[in-house]
Amino acid sequence: MKHVNKKPVKQEPRWQTKISGGNFVDKFHAYRNLHAHALFSSLGRLVASRFSSAMTIVVLAIAISLASGFYILVANLQQLAGNLEASNQISLFLKDEISEAKANKFAASIRQNPDIQEVKLITKEQALAEFQSHSGFGEAVKALEKNPLPIVIQVLPKNALENEQALEVLLDDFKRSAEVDFAQMDMQWVKRLQSIMEVARRGVILLSLLLGAGVLFITANTIRLELHNRRDEVVIAKLVGATNGFIHRPFLYSGFWIGFFSGVTAWFIVTTIMLILKQPVEKLSRLYDDAFHVLFFGFTETLALLFISSVLGVVGSWIVLHFQLRQLKPE
Amino acid sequence: MLKFDNVSMRYPEAGDVLRNVSFHLQRGEMAFLTGHSGAGKSTLLKLIAVIERCSRGQVLLDGENLNLAKDRQVPFIRRKVGLIFQDYKLLQDRTVFDNVALPLVIAGYGHHEVSRRVRASLDKVGLLGKEKKYPAVLSGGEQQRVGIARAVVNKPPMILADEPTGNLDPELSAEIMHLFEQFQQVGVTILIASHDISLIAQMNHRILKLDHGQLVAS
Repeated sequence: MKHVNKKPVKQEPRWQTKISGGNFVDKFHAYRNLHAHALFSSLGRLVASRFSSAMTIVVLAIAISLASGFYILVANLQQLAGNLEASNQISLFLKDEISEAKANKFAASIRQNPDIQEVKLITKEQALAEFQSHSGFGEAVKALEKNPLPIVIQVLPKNALENEQALEVLLDDFKRSAEVDFAQMDMQWVKRLQSIMEVARRGVILLSLLLGAGVLFITANTIRLELHNRRDEVVIAKLVGATNGFIHRPFLYSGFWIGFFSGVTAWFIVTTIMLILKQPVEKLSRLYDDAFHVLFFGFTETLALLFISSVLGVVGSWIVLHFQLRQLKPE
Repeated sequence: MLKFDNVSMRYPEAGDVLRNVSFHLQRGEMAFLTGHSGAGKSTLLKLIAVIERCSRGQVLLDGENLNLAKDRQVPFIRRKVGLIFQDYKLLQDRTVFDNVALPLVIAGYGHHEVSRRVRASLDKVGLLGKEKKYPAVLSGGEQQRVGIARAVVNKPPMILADEPTGNLDPELSAEIMHLFEQFQQVGVTILIASHDISLIAQMNHRILKLDHGQLVAS
């Protein structure tokens, strides 16, 4: 026997059809008309109250440019730290009286150590040549009668010696050697820099969250005032059959425009600041082998900036509509 | 078209405002709702526009029980009822055209259709040519005719008017009432709340009289 699933037939009231025609094309046109109306009326209202809109947008743009400016600053610094790979390389500066032959012997003895991966000896001449080509003090060095640089042995411990304590023990051993004048872990500062960058990155995230919340609430308050000013309009529209969607839409679009224009303004603010800084920074960079180029907002970052600020605007106005519009009832 | 079936309305603070009200308006009928101040006229109109819901009984509009309408359906019920107010409720910062166009814009009509219907509606109330004016520069009678044009622009089957001539002199009031009669002639159901007894008496229409929330004459 066939099982017949008998659901109670629910009678949908006839007034559910949104528009008299009711077919798909009509509905699509109605939907498009409603959105076009909201889009342009909200933009028109923004233009009509130029002064107050501009003030709100500038306040928001400053908040957004603080967050995004900090972001781009960290991105720029990161490029500096990113070029440097953190390694545990140890440099041994030998005593001046040690001859090259003795130094070679000492290097060979270090090679015997099972904890050492690589040993490289840099003679006084090699060191001088490198110093001349990289430091920018070439001419000054040439003026010296005697090569002041010591012989250097670069020691790269095996990766197994990652932990700091073992490295410290090794470093101390080297320091006690008779041949060594001074021993130092080369790249410790890179590690420090990278830790600082990590702190800065976290800082950017926290700052962005804080400023984002600020943007959200400033937009919400702006929309709240607009809602208050247009109270009569909302009540009348409700009386002549406006849906909540119809009432919400222009305010949501207002939030969108405010957020979007704030994002655009923030982009210009940050880019202008970067342009002003570009020349001196690149001058500085040239002194350091062109290690550094000023980074601007890329295409993706620009899109992300505009997207995030628009979304904050829309969400800000949504919050107000959600909590305030329910109180507006026709009398 | 409109049926009240033993409708009672009780406000917690004011007690019973309507008591066991029952009546039936046929499609295309025109009726006056009258009674002293506080007799429940406005409350009765609010129930039809679903601004309030009744405590007991049921209100049927075009065969649908308004008590059962969900909140999201309420806007579509209101589109079937053209509302006219004593204080006109026009948007002062919008032109006559924009005011009348509002219900059409809400319903999602395209620009050309809106334009055509608004003109037709303004023509009917005799205000064609004043589309670009703002309500503030119009006389009271003209403002009320803008209100009427807005109420009928969507061609609703029913018109509710709450003291539509309350702010107008007798001559303008008669003009407005005559306008309502014209709409009735094309099949619109009309309910007008008014306490202008002399005006109502001149016109030969059904009268619903409320007294302390009870229907005493129908």
